[in-house]
Amino acid sequence: MDFLKKLFGGGTEGSGQKAKDRLRIVLIHDRTDISPQLLDSLRDEIVQVLTKYMDIDTQKIEIDLDRDEKAVALVANIPVLRIKRGSIEMQ
Amino acid sequence: MAARVIVTTSGKGGVGKTTSTANIAAALAKFGKKVVAVDADVGLRNLDVIMGLENRVVYNFIDVIEKTCKLAQALVKDKRVPGLYLLPAAQTRTKDAVNPEQMVALCEELKPDFDFILLDCPAGIEGGFKNAAAGADEALVVTTPEIPAVRDADRIIGMLESMGKSPIRLIINRLRPNMVQDGDMLAKDDILDVLSIDLIGVVPEDESVIRATNNGEPMTMTLDSPAAHAYLNIAERLLGRDVPLMDLESYATRGLVSKIKKFFSGKRNKR
Ligand SMILES: Nc1ncnc2c1ncn2[C@@H]1O[C@H](COP(=O)(O)OP(=O)(O)OP(=O)(O)O)[C@@H](O)[C@H]1O
Ligand SMILES: [Mg+2]
Repeated sequence: MDFLKKLFGGGTEGSGQKAKDRLRIVLIHDRTDISPQLLDSLRDEIVQVLTKYMDIDTQKIEIDLDRDEKAVALVANIPVLRIKRGSIEMQ
Repeated sequence: MAARVIVTTSGKGGVGKTTSTANIAAALAKFGKKVVAVDADVGLRNLDVIMGLENRVVYNFIDVIEKTCKLAQALVKDKRVPGLYLLPAAQTRTKDAVNPEQMVALCEELKPDFDFILLDCPAGIEGGFKNAAAGADEALVVTTPEIPAVRDADRIIGMLESMGKSPIRLIINRLRPNMVQDGDMLAKDDILDVLSIDLIGVVPEDESVIRATNNGEPMTMTLDSPAAHAYLNIAERLLGRDVPLMDLESYATRGLVSKIKKFFSGKRNKR
């Protein structure tokens, strides 16, 4: 029966693989369902790190989570005013 | 003695918390430990029936908390296995009849007399779960190989972590090796990949679970079945012994065709 199903049933992929893919996405979404407070403190810490290396326009920072069907991305738009002298040599 | 307090949780309902609690408790007692299984599912008690002790319940732990009776009066001693006890839940009360502080105090009172306190938690993430989890140091999270159960397990694991429970270990219940082999069920490693917590055991789908419930006798007491074996292994791992995962495939009841298929595909299927 099984091999008949595989012969005539189209796709070779079992529903287990589909479950795995869907589960992965669901969990990414669940886990990134983060509170505004958390996003704020994330933003503050990113700013702290960045200002060690460059002057940034803290008023115009945009940080958000971008979700689509397949994945979630942390998208940040941070205008740089000036790279600090010496930050390159520091590496 | 100072008991280890372990809560059995899941998030999603009906995945096997009570079955797991009863069987692990009986197994630990068989290994010579003094164990109390506490039914923390107030209002929907089931552990007494699964353990086959329903006729011996007189008081419950709410009575203890409200000082209607002494702790020793509420404990039901299992006569089949030395060292095994049940502390029943109240059936006619609601989850609000207890608060986390009272659960902690109850566990503290039990601790000196036992090696293990197993708390059978209700489904959900509300009061009932929080009460049960409050008293525990360690947690067992039960899931089945299905998206909704794993998803809810993930949620519960996050909550248990933030409550500082450790270790938190996973039981995968009702796995069907045949379906995994055919690629039609989430495999053990798929689940571990996404949840990234330690596994303490995999329990196969097994008719003996129903038979054991009908008889009111936890499988680990007598039955020699795949699920009983899996729960005995889990109990041993709780005791710190290094027991290899059982080869569920060899238990799989498959037709001739697949046996031939397996024969020809040789080692490839071994994991
Ligand atoms: N490994 C298994 N094989 C077959 N049936 C099982 C297995 N584990 C559990 N079951 C069945 O699943 C059902 C639910 O089990 P159980 O009551 O232990 O779950 P639960 O998580 O405690 O549920 P609740 O959330 O309602 O408290 C029962 O009918 C039980 O017989
Ligand atoms: Mg239950």
